[in-house]
Amino acid sequence: MTALLSLTTVSKRFRGVVAVDRVSFDVPEGMLFAVIGPNGAGKTTLFNMIAGAMAPDTGTIAFAGQPIGGLTADAVCRRGIARTFQLVRPFPALSVEDNVVVGALLHRRSVGAARDHAHALLRRLDLFDRRRQLAATLTLPDRKRLEVARALATGPRLLLLDEVMAGLRPTETDRMVGMLQDLNRDTGVTILLIEHVMRAVMALAARILVLDHGVAIAEGAPESIVCDPAVVQSYLGAEAV
Amino acid sequence: MAAIVARLTGDVSRRTMIWLAALFVALVIAPWLVSDYLVTVLILILYLAYTGQAWNIMMGFAGQLSLGHAIYVGLGAYIAAVLFTRYGVGPWFGFLAAMPVAAACGAVIGFLAFRFGVTGIYFAILTIAFAEFARIGFDHLDIVNAAAGLFLPVAQYAHNDPWRLRGSPTMFYYVILAATLAAFILCRALITSRIGYFWLAIREDEEAARAAGIDTFRYKMYAVTISAAVTSFAGVFYAFFYNNLFPEQVFNISQSIQMILGPLIGGVGTLFGPILGAFVLTSLAESLNSALTAFGLDLPGAEQVFYGACLLFVIAALPEGIWPRLARALGIAERVP
Repeated sequence: MTALLSLTTVSKRFRGVVAVDRVSFDVPEGMLFAVIGPNGAGKTTLFNMIAGAMAPDTGTIAFAGQPIGGLTADAVCRRGIARTFQLVRPFPALSVEDNVVVGALLHRRSVGAARDHAHALLRRLDLFDRRRQLAATLTLPDRKRLEVARALATGPRLLLLDEVMAGLRPTETDRMVGMLQDLNRDTGVTILLIEHVMRAVMALAARILVLDHGVAIAEGAPESIVCDPAVVQSYLGAEAV
Repeated sequence: MAAIVARLTGDVSRRTMIWLAALFVALVIAPWLVSDYLVTVLILILYLAYTGQAWNIMMGFAGQLSLGHAIYVGLGAYIAAVLFTRYGVGPWFGFLAAMPVAAACGAVIGFLAFRFGVTGIYFAILTIAFAEFARIGFDHLDIVNAAAGLFLPVAQYAHNDPWRLRGSPTMFYYVILAATLAAFILCRALITSRIGYFWLAIREDEEAARAAGIDTFRYKMYAVTISAAVTSFAGVFYAFFYNNLFPEQVFNISQSIQMILGPLIGGVGTLFGPILGAFVLTSLAESLNSALTAFGLDLPGAEQVFYGACLLFVIAALPEGIWPRLARALGIAERVP
């Protein structure tokens, strides 16, 4: 199987600090892949480089066989990578529906067709009944799902989810996990997630990469990761699953 | 054609259509019902409604604050006036010449700002700077008579000539009414289209818009060029209505400010706000002037103080403008906030 996303010795430094240090990994098409690690491990920096929010200093990022390192965020999205933000950023004064319509218009000329597509996604993410509300009035769990809906509306092959479970209650987490599993199974979209909530990671991910101080210290299936002494030492600690 | 009409009126309620139709009919018959003086007040109102609508494309839709829109009025006015006085070119062809120049000027300002990441208040200052460059530049430009001003020949016209924009105030009233209606329909078409959705996304959160795949540079360029092109017609109208042009007046920052008061008071980003704001503000200011005259008071600057007071009141009491509140009261709220 060829990789949909492939990172080769990608590094990023901010002044003296090496945020991401020669990280390499492959995400095969259709996989649910998780990146975990303690705060400050470089997860969001890694994400920002893939999503085009910042360019890597060295190394290559390839998507579907094409180099994308250094492209702008909108160009990356048009290639087929959609992201959510760790701190959710819906368009507050637009309705829930219009938020998703904006995403759906990326590959559609007609507003009517975009609206139909948005409705389908809102149903899938349980937001259809709230579609006329302003996005600013949604609760946090709803806003998180709205971010996912807007990202999905752009028709990505790869979905980047930045701590989409953070701040959710366990029942909400389970609901989101279920939705993402359904999504992956039904549409075949590849999902790369950064996550702190181990409960969600263990339920979702087929493969996990562990970052610590910008370095990839382990990569493998969930069962092997939780037993990895280096991972337990640096990250999971006493609260290991 | 039918498809376009269907899209424009698609989610407009019957109630809204009735209100709009009633307002339009009232405006069409108004010149027969009111005095000549009130017709000139109505012209001023519609002029400000038109320019407010044009400015709103940039600020209300795409979130880019321009405080120098006088530059597009001035370019429209001067180009049409020079072509008319020197070469006998009529105002409509003059507009065809002025529109691309104004659009190109907007594109240059937009390119400099958006390419180099000048945003928010710094962008607003850049737009003021360009309008000031133009004011000072035209003040020294001999081809337009520099500071001495440019005058269009004024004569008594036996009949109205809309083709050459020579005639009575009533004719000018219908011209600006048609322009305001056209701008209203254009804005409605824009905001219900793909480009409009992308503008709103950029206005709401530019980084999130980029993450949704929107080439924000390109869509901001569209906003500034379209807004500039639409504004330039106001300049053509200005030149032929007032028949005299001075750089000190037409490029003055007070022009730019007056243009944005209507949408600010009526509701930034709404379709009807600029029109309502122009009506409310101008009619109140004119009433104030009449009252002061009736009492024999001569207070220079009273109008400006009054505008300031209105603005303060709206910012404090109705931060989203008068129109969203009124629309809810009438049960005809616009879809786009």
